[in-house]
Amino acid sequence: MTFVDDKVVITGVGQSAVGRKLFRSGIDLAIDAALEAIAHAGLQVEDIDGVASYPGPVQAEGGFVGATTHEVRDALGMRTNWVLSGVETPGQLGTLMDGAAAIAGGRATHVLAFRSVCESSGQAAGRAAALTSVAERARGHAEFRMPFGAASPANWIGMYAMRYMHEFGLTREQLGQVALNARRNAARNPKAIYTAPMTLDDYLSARMISYPFSLYDCDIPCDGATAVILSRRGKAPSTGRTPIAIEAAGSALYERHTWDQRVDLTTMAAHDSAAHLWQQTSLTPADVDFATLYDGFSYLTTQWIEALGFCKHGEVGPFLDNTAYYAPDGELPINTHGGQLSGGRLHGYGFLHEACVQLWREAGERQIAKDVQVAAVGVGGGPEAGCLLLRRDS
Amino acid sequence: MTTRPAYRVLPAVTAESAAFWTGGAEGELRIYRCHSCQHYFHPPVGVCFRCHSRDVAPEAVSGRATVATYTINVHPWFGDAFPTPYVIAIVELDEEPDTRLTTQLVDCPVEDVRIGMPVEVEFEHHDDVWIPVFRPVAGSVA
Repeated sequence: MTFVDDKVVITGVGQSAVGRKLFRSGIDLAIDAALEAIAHAGLQVEDIDGVASYPGPVQAEGGFVGATTHEVRDALGMRTNWVLSGVETPGQLGTLMDGAAAIAGGRATHVLAFRSVCESSGQAAGRAAALTSVAERARGHAEFRMPFGAASPANWIGMYAMRYMHEFGLTREQLGQVALNARRNAARNPKAIYTAPMTLDDYLSARMISYPFSLYDCDIPCDGATAVILSRRGKAPSTGRTPIAIEAAGSALYERHTWDQRVDLTTMAAHDSAAHLWQQTSLTPADVDFATLYDGFSYLTTQWIEALGFCKHGEVGPFLDNTAYYAPDGELPINTHGGQLSGGRLHGYGFLHEACVQLWREAGERQIAKDVQVAAVGVGGGPEAGCLLLRRDS
Repeated sequence: MTTRPAYRVLPAVTAESAAFWTGGAEGELRIYRCHSCQHYFHPPVGVCFRCHSRDVAPEAVSGRATVATYTINVHPWFGDAFPTPYVIAIVELDEEPDTRLTTQLVDCPVEDVRIGMPVEVEFEHHDDVWIPVFRPVAGSVA
């Protein structure tokens, strides 16, 4: 049994300009991405009857919410049968999964799903100033973190990484291979932010943020939007492009949604999500041709590598030593676009976009040479996780 | 030595978290406990996530804990108001290792912090709250 009974396919993708300090609004970027994706799918705006986005109109600083579902549907004058946004969802792709379920359930035929960020322009004013000028007190999960100076995901995720390194001997040199792989691959992505060659020495000598993370373990805030079109199978116009099936979708979380109470601190929600994904398909990790794995922090990629079964628990260090294995011409290419570490924090959707253009052989200079039919996409970190297994119809 | 900040973002105290943030006035670290299955849990809320009993309430614990993991924070998120480097840790309560607190480790050179290190609570009083930070148990740092 596959996700949504194989009734839903991906038919198009689109992406705005991506960069630092573009000083364009998040809605403007989102419209670029949406129109490109709709045209890519061979559809008209009038054909779209469902819209989903992450995270919706939440309170957040610095360009985190580039555009909401309603802002995009209103800007394009859409008549919709179904809309959604949400932040309490399994990772940034969570509402996209619900969009697929909406199509399978008959609520929509073509769903536009998107994520827009303008965090580079939004943070130009400086975050320290924002944090120390907060007159309000810390609420929600921040109530139990901010008073102790644990202000950033770099702190919360850094502590998971420190525990894993303590348990299994993962080294900074090994962790750094995630960042070096991303930088090498970014050189072939014309939209990537950082493309200058980086050595292991560059990585190790970068200024520390929060142990074990240095500057190059942390992704780059950027401006940009990404959109994906989901269609009911058989309803998309002929574009000459083979639709991409969603073979399986992992959305599970088996423990409380916290940053410090997970029983095994050497795993994350990614492990629950990936277990859920593999329950839905007869395919196995050995069938995956390439993977795009979240790298908001380098350590998160290591968690997805393990969670999705590309190595055993505790063995991601030796996996990372074998850099040829996950290079673009290797057995399992990972983050061929440079990820968020070098490509920019498109916040999850960049990984899905890359998986689709590789499966369609539209990745240009960075196209994986071997034939690729099955992709694993893992998105999120800490208690946030969602993953997709994509299969190009043969 | 780890320095104390001039500034902390203080918690918005709720009905559930009031005991946690004010127990320090009496020198007590107060953690929710289920009176049905006897397990502690955190963060505080009015039901046991394990057995779903509503018979839960805050209770003073020893204030002794073990460092489960930590990070040395170097980036000045709060500008000069919160001097760096400082150590953020997740500590496991002696009474219930699965029950953890994110906290700051104080009065310990950052390079001496270790996973497994025994620590004990102390409280910093700010306005109407008592922030539970942890320091090494005497003699545990060489």
